[in-house]
Amino acid sequence: MNTMLNLYTRRRIVNAVGLSVSVLAMLFGLFWLCWILLTLLDHGLPALTPVVFAQMTPPPGNSGGLLNAIAGSVMMTVVGTLIGTPIGILAGTYLAEFGQRGWMAPLTRFINDVLLSAPSIVIGLFVYEMYVVRVRHFSGWAGAFALSILVIPVVIRTTENMLRLVPSTLREAAAALGAPQWKVINFVTLRAARAGIITGVMLAVARISGETAPLLFTALNNQFWSSNMSQPMANLPVVIFQFAMSPYDDWQKLAWAGALLITLSVLTLNILARVLFRQSATTH
Amino acid sequence: MFTHETRLKRQAIFDLLFRSLTRVCAFGVLALLAAIIISLLVGSMPAIHAFGFGFLSSSDWDPVNGRFGGMIPIIGTLVTSGIALLIAIPVSFGIAIFLTELSPRVLRRPLGIAIELLAGIPSIIYGMWGLFEFAPLFADHVEPWLNKHVGTLPYIGPFFSGPPMGIGLLTAGIILAIMVIPFIASVMRDVFDVVPTLLKESAYGLGATTWEVMWQVVLPYTKVGVAGGIMLGLGRALGETMAVTFVIGNAHDLSKSLLMPGNSISSALANEFNEAVGDLYTSSLIELGLILFFITFVVLSIARYMLYKLGQREGQAA
Repeated sequence: MNTMLNLYTRRRIVNAVGLSVSVLAMLFGLFWLCWILLTLLDHGLPALTPVVFAQMTPPPGNSGGLLNAIAGSVMMTVVGTLIGTPIGILAGTYLAEFGQRGWMAPLTRFINDVLLSAPSIVIGLFVYEMYVVRVRHFSGWAGAFALSILVIPVVIRTTENMLRLVPSTLREAAAALGAPQWKVINFVTLRAARAGIITGVMLAVARISGETAPLLFTALNNQFWSSNMSQPMANLPVVIFQFAMSPYDDWQKLAWAGALLITLSVLTLNILARVLFRQSATTH
Repeated sequence: MFTHETRLKRQAIFDLLFRSLTRVCAFGVLALLAAIIISLLVGSMPAIHAFGFGFLSSSDWDPVNGRFGGMIPIIGTLVTSGIALLIAIPVSFGIAIFLTELSPRVLRRPLGIAIELLAGIPSIIYGMWGLFEFAPLFADHVEPWLNKHVGTLPYIGPFFSGPPMGIGLLTAGIILAIMVIPFIASVMRDVFDVVPTLLKESAYGLGATTWEVMWQVVLPYTKVGVAGGIMLGLGRALGETMAVTFVIGNAHDLSKSLLMPGNSISSALANEFNEAVGDLYTSSLIELGLILFFITFVVLSIARYMLYKLGQREGQAA
């Protein structure tokens, strides 16, 4: 009887210890999130003045803003998304709608999942080798291409997942009405999966708007205003990198302002995407 | 009747066109992978010719005399990722248990989102925070303690003794750990959700504690998926660039101490690629990139394979 009790107590103690450790692990994760966000607000808010949105990046030791970097980032992100999204949606459609037979679809799915988390700096190297070396200068286009390569796998994955959620009765009903397959897919299934696919695109945008590594060897940087995509182009992540590593106070302040901006927009996109998806999931 | 047939034929052509278009795009993914590998191979040819397999085992990095070797950055990448996993695996496991078994229902969703936000923060932010906030505190409070208490121990001592500078392999590893925790935790949580409730309830019915259910029912059932999630996190950690570049110290030195600055493949690329002069320097860096791509490709392939296997078993059970 006594040993039974002992065993029971020991099991309960092990359980209590294990569960407390798991609560601690959760707090550990939240602790870093709070610390990072507080640091960002602490350094970023005082630096985030209207001047940041009104002036160009300054030379060392001067004050200025981030206007050209913000504009460059927005342009490259938009172009990268515009290139990557259609390719991603079409490829995802293939995997979900036509990919039941043969070896190609499973292989593509596998490779795509691997590319999904491939190191982004290697993508930068790839675009450098394929494009920058050929045209012999860094450019906004190169940056946008690198970003689009990061968009494609994300969009493929979500498009395929979302299309698979569409009930096949919907497809069958459309086909029974005599609609050819391209119409069924474009006007019925893709439309039914729209909210999910938009979520995927938003997550992809969130991912690329903070990416620094692929832009280092492609868009590089530009101290001045430039809306010409064939020239080296200023962008927030690379400016933050350069300014944060510099010894100048003014530059470091701007880097914090930029960091706060990027984080806020990325996190907002993330949350928006989730809210949107959740709403569409509950209304269907 | 005639027009009806031509219309049908036209639709058939549209069908074919649309199907081919989607197939071309899907095939583009495979072509992209081939293009990445080929372009990196071509770019690193000069270095491969010059150094052969010696590149992997040489610790030279001498741009002036044109002698390059990849050992230091390769070791740096592996060591920092290893440290990251050592910290991240138990923490992620704890978080996943908390989210699947312990958390009150109301908190489950917001806490899950909070952990995923941690994954959403761009890596350059981790880098800045690491350099300006974490590294100074680490140098002032943790590293002296490590020196004093762990640095004097036999065997593991040399790894933890050194000047408390705040930047170095250990700092990079810890920051990587914070970055991969959300990835591993969310895969583990998804995988734990796969376990049939019947199985868990049977165990509870036999009088098992929550901890025993996790260790003896849920974990054995999902071990393939858990390992897949860990490999996925490892893949992330290996390729991570900006966070590491800020805090690793970028020194081409081989030191036993984890407190000393080092280098990783990705940080060497980020720091030196644009300033590299000459074919051999550039192509040595590209060869490093190729090695990184190869390592992450293998790790991620294993990860995906394991997750697929778990998915398959789930399909059979249903």
